[in-house]
Amino acid sequence: MNSAVIVFPGSNCDRDMAVAIEQVTGKAPKMVWHRETSLPDGIDFIAVPGGFSYGDYLRCGAIAARSPIVAAVKQAAERGVRVLGVCNGFQVLTEAGMLPGALMRNATLDFICRDVALTVTNSDSDFTRLYAAGEQVNFPVAHHDGNFNADTETLDRLEGEGRVAFRYTTAINGSARDIAGILNDKRNVLGMMPHPERMVEPAHGGNDGRRLFESVLAAL
Amino acid sequence: MKTRIYVTLKNGVLDPQGKAIHHGLEGLGFTGVNDVRAGKLIELDLDDSVTTADIERMCQQLLANTVIENFRIEPVAG
Repeated sequence: MNSAVIVFPGSNCDRDMAVAIEQVTGKAPKMVWHRETSLPDGIDFIAVPGGFSYGDYLRCGAIAARSPIVAAVKQAAERGVRVLGVCNGFQVLTEAGMLPGALMRNATLDFICRDVALTVTNSDSDFTRLYAAGEQVNFPVAHHDGNFNADTETLDRLEGEGRVAFRYTTAINGSARDIAGILNDKRNVLGMMPHPERMVEPAHGGNDGRRLFESVLAAL
Repeated sequence: MKTRIYVTLKNGVLDPQGKAIHHGLEGLGFTGVNDVRAGKLIELDLDDSVTTADIERMCQQLLANTVIENFRIEPVAG
C-alpha cells in the first residue's frame, strides 16, 4: 500500500501518523509538503494529520484547506483514493468541503486531552470493516475545536445513510448527536477528531486504532 | 479603499465563546444582558480595481465558513 501524509506548517501529528502507517502496512508513507501541487504517483491512501496548521488562524483548518496540495487531495478522493483526516485533518476536510458540517470550539471551552470511549457506529466502510458494529473502542482526543456542527437536515442525512462512523459513548465536546467521525457520500473519506494513530501498540495504552489502518490495508 | 468584513455565526448555531463572554459580564455584576454573540471583523485595504463581486468571492471562499457563518461587507468612507 502506497501512502502519503500531508504536512502543513503547524502539523504536529504527521510523524505519529507516519509511524502508525509504517507499522501496520510495512511501508513508510511519503511525506508531502503543503506547497506541492500534486501527489506522488500510485498513492492508495492519504492521511491529513492533526496539529495546528497555520496556527489555527481565521478558523481551524481554513488556510490549510486552501493550500495547493488539498486541491490534489480532493481530486484523488474523487478518483476513489481513501483519505483519512484526523483532528486538525478533519477540520481541514470540512473546510475544504470534502466532508459536511463544521468543527467549532468545544462547548465547555476546554482543551480536552485524554482517552475517550467511542462506539463504532458503522463498520461497513473501508476504514472500519475490522471493527464490529456497536463495538466500544478507546482512542485519545486532544482538541479545542471538536464540537461537530451541522444543520438538522445534514445530520439526518448522515445518520440515514450510515455515514456516522464513530460516536462518543459519553458527550465530551458538545458535538451534535455525539458525532466523533463521519464518512463522505462515497465512503472513501473519513474525518474524525479522535486519534487512531496514537493507539496502535500496547505501549500506547492499547491498540484499538490499529484495525482502522488494517481495514484500509485489507480494502486494497 | 478600505472595506470591513463582519463575520458572524448564523442564527441557531450555538456560540460557546459568546456564552462565556456572557457569563463573564454577569460575573462582573452587569445585568440585563440577554445574549452575547461573538464574531470577527476583518479589515481589507484594497486597490480601486477590486470589485464588490471580488470581495464577495473572498468571503465565500475563505473569510467566512458559510456552513456556520454569515458575512456582511461594509465599505469604509474616506
